[in-house]
Amino acid sequence: MAAALGTGGRGQEAGQEKQAMQHKDPIAPERAEELKLKAKYPNLAQKPGGSDFLMKRLQKGYFDSGDYNMAKAKMKNKQLPSAGPDKNLVTGDHIPTPQDLPQRKSSLVTSKLAGTHGQV
Amino acid sequence: WGGAAGDSGGGNDIQWCFSQVKGAVDDDVAEADIISTVEFNHSGELLATGDKGGRVVIFQQEQENKTQSHSRGEYNVYSTFQSHEPEFDYLKSLEIEEKINKIRWLPQKNAAQFLLSTNDKTIKLWKISERDKRPEGYNLKEEDGRYRDPTTVTTLRVPVFRPMDLMVEASPRRIFANAHTYHINSISINSDYETYLSADDLRINLWHLEITDRSFNIVDIKPANMEELTEVITAAEFHPNSCNTFVYSSSKGTIRLCDMRASALCDRHSKLFEEPEDPSNRSFFSEIISSISDVKFSHSGRYMMTRDYLSVKIWDLNMENRPVETYQVHEYLRSKLCSLYENDCIFDKFECCWNGSDSIVMTGSYNNFFRMFDRNTKRDITLEASRENNKPRTVLKPRKVCASGKRKKDEISVDSLDFNKKILHTAWHPKENIIAVATTNNLYIFQDKMN
Repeated sequence: MAAALGTGGRGQEAGQEKQAMQHKDPIAPERAEELKLKAKYPNLAQKPGGSDFLMKRLQKGYFDSGDYNMAKAKMKNKQLPSAGPDKNLVTGDHIPTPQDLPQRKSSLVTSKLAGTHGQV
Repeated sequence: WGGAAGDSGGGNDIQWCFSQVKGAVDDDVAEADIISTVEFNHSGELLATGDKGGRVVIFQQEQENKTQSHSRGEYNVYSTFQSHEPEFDYLKSLEIEEKINKIRWLPQKNAAQFLLSTNDKTIKLWKISERDKRPEGYNLKEEDGRYRDPTTVTTLRVPVFRPMDLMVEASPRRIFANAHTYHINSISINSDYETYLSADDLRINLWHLEITDRSFNIVDIKPANMEELTEVITAAEFHPNSCNTFVYSSSKGTIRLCDMRASALCDRHSKLFEEPEDPSNRSFFSEIISSISDVKFSHSGRYMMTRDYLSVKIWDLNMENRPVETYQVHEYLRSKLCSLYENDCIFDKFECCWNGSDSIVMTGSYNNFFRMFDRNTKRDITLEASRENNKPRTVLKPRKVCASGKRKKDEISVDSLDFNKKILHTAWHPKENIIAVATTNNLYIFQDKMN
């Protein structure tokens, strides 16, 4: 299952961009990509290397049962908001559910690298 | 390079052939089977892998068969064990993954082999030893271990060692725990073979291999106010020859070299390696793609190599203001950064490695491609780790990605690349042209064509 490059709206954007480029100086590819991103996510924070971004990186696998139960009680019939594309917000409204967390069962099975199936 | 690259191969060009592949064939990959680290030992006889399920598998190269002069020994399973288990930090409500982040071998001192393996929080020293004899002929015990009734013993004998089927045992000899608040990304053994460092996002600690209840903090970049955090440590390594020197890389693309003789806390670097940025090229993505995912000293100790998202850079330790060589791994991705940010691929951490003579460097890419750069000839090659190239001793065909415009026959366009198939971990045998390349859940071994 190949990870898509987000071909959804690209066709249209590419067309518009091509028009823009014909009328202006050619934009560096990185800049062009930045404009694309900002067009999709206008709320994106200015500084990607900011502390919010790094703080999220430092926190992995965080589960607060208090948050979880409060969110469950508050939103009985609503869908819990999933992690949006705005990656610069620290977890915020996204309350992880047990399904979101990686399975904690330890691997009792021997690694397939050590097995004989598929070995050459 | 022996392919369709155009150049007629020089006498020294390596012709890579498929040798072996390990792992399951099926496409449905269990999370635990995702390979997270690959490392040859100092002689190259042993090859260790770690995975997301906390398991270590060690392969051993067969002794060379005199009659089979056309290929070197194959790697077969030697030992496998569960190194780390998942844990839960109840105080902080934090999951601790069992994924093995790094394995580093100790040089062999006696019959046993030793390696360090680490997950996010705990480093373990494992002893791997062989047992090929067992004692037989006890007076008070039966062969199955049951005790004999002493009154039935009428004669005495001396127990003797008899040969048995080889058994390889792995046992944890040291557990180095509770020294890291953040996630460990690197371990590196000092050239004194007595100490080693472990690095997390904000701190680096120095350990003695014999002592588990104490560790010295030698780098601390945690700001007093976490709101001021601007960069994290991404990798660290000891110099191969100077026991007082180590380097660490950052998420901002800098490398700091530190001398432990200068002070106990090496917060002030001795050297700072940073390439000046072209301000006109700056974009939202600049810092993210400049983040260094791996740093490796050359065997000689004169150079170091860094890997950032799009390139590999070679630095001369005597020159801090720019790298001496830069190699583009997959420049065609620069115009896809928006999508790569959306699917998180822009945060993938690729590793890199040197060959034994420091003349060639290798790193992975997407679509199960991996790249090699010859520092002398300046030629590069793209190869693919795929079960379709399964015939041993058939030279691998070079691959080419078409960035834009008309795609030639046999080229693959950027948009057809599979970004789920990433080669993050590769390793090069310390002495021979044998390489180990890890796809998501398979380990490929390639060798150069002999004769």
